[in-house]
Order: sequence, then C-alpha cells, then structure tokens
Amino acid sequence: MYSAKVMEHFMNPRNVGEIENPDGVGEEGNPTCGDVMKITIRVSEGRIVDAKFQTFGCGAAIAVSSMITEMAKGKTIEEALLISKESVANELEGLPAQKMHCSNLGADALRKAIADYKDKQKK
Amino acid sequence: MQVRYFDHVATTPLDEEVLKAIMPYLKEDFGNPLSIYESGMRARKAIEEARAEVSSLINVKPSEIIFTSSGAEANNLALRGIALAKQSKGSHIIVSKVEHHSVLNSARFLEKSGFAVTFLHPDKYGTISPESLRKAITNETILISIILASPEVGTVQPIKELAHIAKEKGITFHTDAVSGVGSIPIDVSDLGVDLLSMAGHQFYGPKGAGALYLREGMRIVPLIYGGIQEGGRRAGTENVPAIVGMGRAAGIAKEKLPERVHYIKGLRDKLIEGILKTEKVYLTGHPSERLPGHASFVVEFIEGESMLLLLAVLGIYAASGSACSSKALKASPVLLSMGISPNLAQGSIVFSLGYENTEDDINYLLTEFPVIVKRLREISPYQKGWGGMEETGQCIPQK
Repeated sequence: MYSAKVMEHFMNPRNVGEIENPDGVGEEGNPTCGDVMKITIRVSEGRIVDAKFQTFGCGAAIAVSSMITEMAKGKTIEEALLISKESVANELEGLPAQKMHCSNLGADALRKAIADYKDKQKK
Repeated sequence: MQVRYFDHVATTPLDEEVLKAIMPYLKEDFGNPLSIYESGMRARKAIEEARAEVSSLINVKPSEIIFTSSGAEANNLALRGIALAKQSKGSHIIVSKVEHHSVLNSARFLEKSGFAVTFLHPDKYGTISPESLRKAITNETILISIILASPEVGTVQPIKELAHIAKEKGITFHTDAVSGVGSIPIDVSDLGVDLLSMAGHQFYGPKGAGALYLREGMRIVPLIYGGIQEGGRRAGTENVPAIVGMGRAAGIAKEKLPERVHYIKGLRDKLIEGILKTEKVYLTGHPSERLPGHASFVVEFIEGESMLLLLAVLGIYAASGSACSSKALKASPVLLSMGISPNLAQGSIVFSLGYENTEDDINYLLTEFPVIVKRLREISPYQKGWGGMEETGQCIPQK
C-alpha cells in the first residue's frame, strides 16, 4: 500500500520529539476524527535550524511528519512556507489517494508553527 | 519471515483436506450440475453432499440450505428477500448498530425503498438487550436481523432470547452467523431463528461460497433471477468447487469443533491477559460472551493502523477498526455505537485466532506488542495524556 520511502520514514522517523522553548509551535488535526500533528521549530536569523514533531496517526501521517521536518530544516521561513502537501507527498514517492487529505496535515502544522513564530516576533 | 496470522475473522487459510476435495471439480468433474451426463451428475451429487454437510453443522435439513456466493450475498438475500416477500404484512424492519455492512446497507437500501428501519443500539459490551428489542417492535414489524457474533469486538449475542421474542410476535428472525458458524457450536433448532447466514471461508473453506439457512415453508423473493438452481431461489450456475469446499470444511468443523474451541479459548485467554498488562489498554466487547478466538482492544494515545504496520513488519497480521485502516476513513461504527469515544476508537486493535495458531505465536506477540505500543507512544503528542479531554468527558475508557 505504501511506497518504500513512506515505510522507511515510518520505520525510522526523523526528528521525533519536542523542542524545548521553541520559537514556533503548530498543531493540526483532531484525535476524534483522525490524525494529529504537532510541530515545533527553532529559528535563527530567519532560517529554520531545527524542527521536531509528535504525531498521533497512521503510518502515512508519521512518515509525512518525519519528511516535512526534514524538508523544513535549513530552509528560510519564506522557503519553508512553499512546502505543500503535494511536495511532501512527492518527496515520499507518493501516498495512497485516500490518505492525501487526512494524513497530510504536516504542511498545515508547519505553517501554523511559522505563523506562531511570526506572532512571537511581533510581541 | 515467519507469519503469525491473527486475522481469522477476515478470512481463514484453506484446509489441506478441503483443497483435496475441491481439486476434482476444477478438473475432471467440471460439468454443469444441471447436465445429465456423468460429469454433470457427479457435480450435482457433490453439491448435494456439501448441502448435507453444511446443514448438519447447524442441525437443519439439507433442503433448508441455499448456497450463495458469500456471506454478504446471504445477508442481502435474507433482508431484501424477506422484506419483499412480506411487504403486504408490514413495512418495519429492525436491525442492530453492530451489524456487518452487508446487513446495514441492505437495511438502508430497504429504508430508501419505503420500509421503516430501527437500528438498535448495543450496550457498552456490544450486546443487544432483549428489552431494547421488545421496545422497538411495532405492529408493522416483519423482520428482525441481529448478528450472532461481532467480528469486530467478538461479542456473542443472546440470539436464543432475541429470536424467542420475535417468535412470540410472529416476526421473522434472521441472524448473520458468518463469524460464528464453524467457530462455535450452533444448533438452529435450539436457537430458534428462521434464517441464518454463513460463509465457507470463515471456517477453512474457500472464498466464493456462502449459504443461507431458510426455515422450511418460508417464502423468499430471489435477488438473482434465472434458472432453477437452488430451488429457483438463487439462479446462476453453481460454483461447484467452492461449494464442495465449503461442505468439506463444514464436515471437518463439526467433527473437530469441541477440541478446537477448547484449544483456541486457552490461547485467547492467555493473549488477553498478556495484552492487558500494558498500561492504558482496554478490552472491547463482552468479557465472557465472546467468540473463543477473539481478542479486541483499544490502546490509548496511539492509532490502530500504525500498530498494524509495525506488527506486519514482524510478520504479525491483525486488524483494526481505526479510521485510517478503513478505506472509508471512518472509525468503526460498532465501537462508536458501544459508547467508546472516537479518539479511543482510533486505537483499536483486533486479534482473531485460529486452530493453527500456537502458544509460540502468542508468546511472540506478547513480547513484541508492548515494544510497539511504547515506540508509537513516544512519537505521540498524547504521551502524557489526552490534554484535558478526560475532563471534558470526551475520553472515557470502557471499564
């Protein structure tokens, strides 16, 4: 059902956990209807230098979380905002069609983390 | 990698002896059972022998068995066939919320066709109470269909009591016994049902053969019109190899049922005891009135499909009622109807055992299961709890 890449990220997820005193936190989803992803980021000089995730969800959800934190690390805020559900799915060499909308909350969680970072910057 | 198969409510492996019984009807005796020459007549004889074996397994007459293509077809025939045959007598049907999709969707189809349908709620163990059935009956009720045993939570219903209520009121009673036939002893004369569905691949027969028991003298409207097969109640050239296989599997099941039930129950009890040692894991379904090989749970803070994937990597095959494991992307309606909260239902995991499982299989599962749960909980944002959901009452584990 899943691509080898999805299974590889699911079996060996990167960046699991929570950054202490993060610069941005984003959470997306709801356990009563499906998956939940929480992403924390560390930002230095406009660049995401670290990203970690915690996920309640299926194999695809965990693989997506792992991949998106990998993709975000090293990118500037502006570059990270360009990461889309489709680009994560492409990096994972495809996701089953029915998993696209439910598992791929990662891009939204990352955007929320970035928005949270920007809010904090304003204060 | 050694496979440890714990998904017998999905399907069972084919018995070697059953395979041997099938082979001649795929090759030499391929004749149409309606043909009058030798190979056709042998196929006809084999079907009637299978009918006798299937009828004997549930203690009914061979003439009361209608072969179908599956348990789902048997359920469709029962609901739609009886509703149409009895529609001049009334237009109300009762089913439960813990039915298989083939019953639920047949009931919904009938609802759209003008019948009124009551969907009975189970209690927290998945049991349908006789009182709730009594209350649901109206003067218009013509058919009641309650599943004998749930493939999702393993609960065995008090069918004898439920069927007795129907009989008192002169209402036809059907039970979907697909998960029960071949797993537990079933005697229709004792149960008192009018119709009963079964499927051969649930008890070590091949896929492609099911059957409906229809009490002698009851009229049913066919789903499939055509020739005279199955007494004109189910047309279509018979799937002779599958029917022969189902018959032989029924014969073996009847002979070996007592020892198999005893053996599987022992393994299951060990499995349940071992799994419940992991914190915040709860048994679903009835603690004692359950299928002998059935062990189903909800695991807090993690999701079922990810458990299934990690187990499958180790060669352990199981099932889940989590939304992400179903193509419909909905958490099990059965678990939800039992009052299990949606977030807990996401953590569903179901192990259904067969007689070929060994103690070694159980030991292996019990060693690996806590490791998998720990691993997924370390990834979960809820490792420290549901974040206040307990207080809002959205997460109430079943006691």
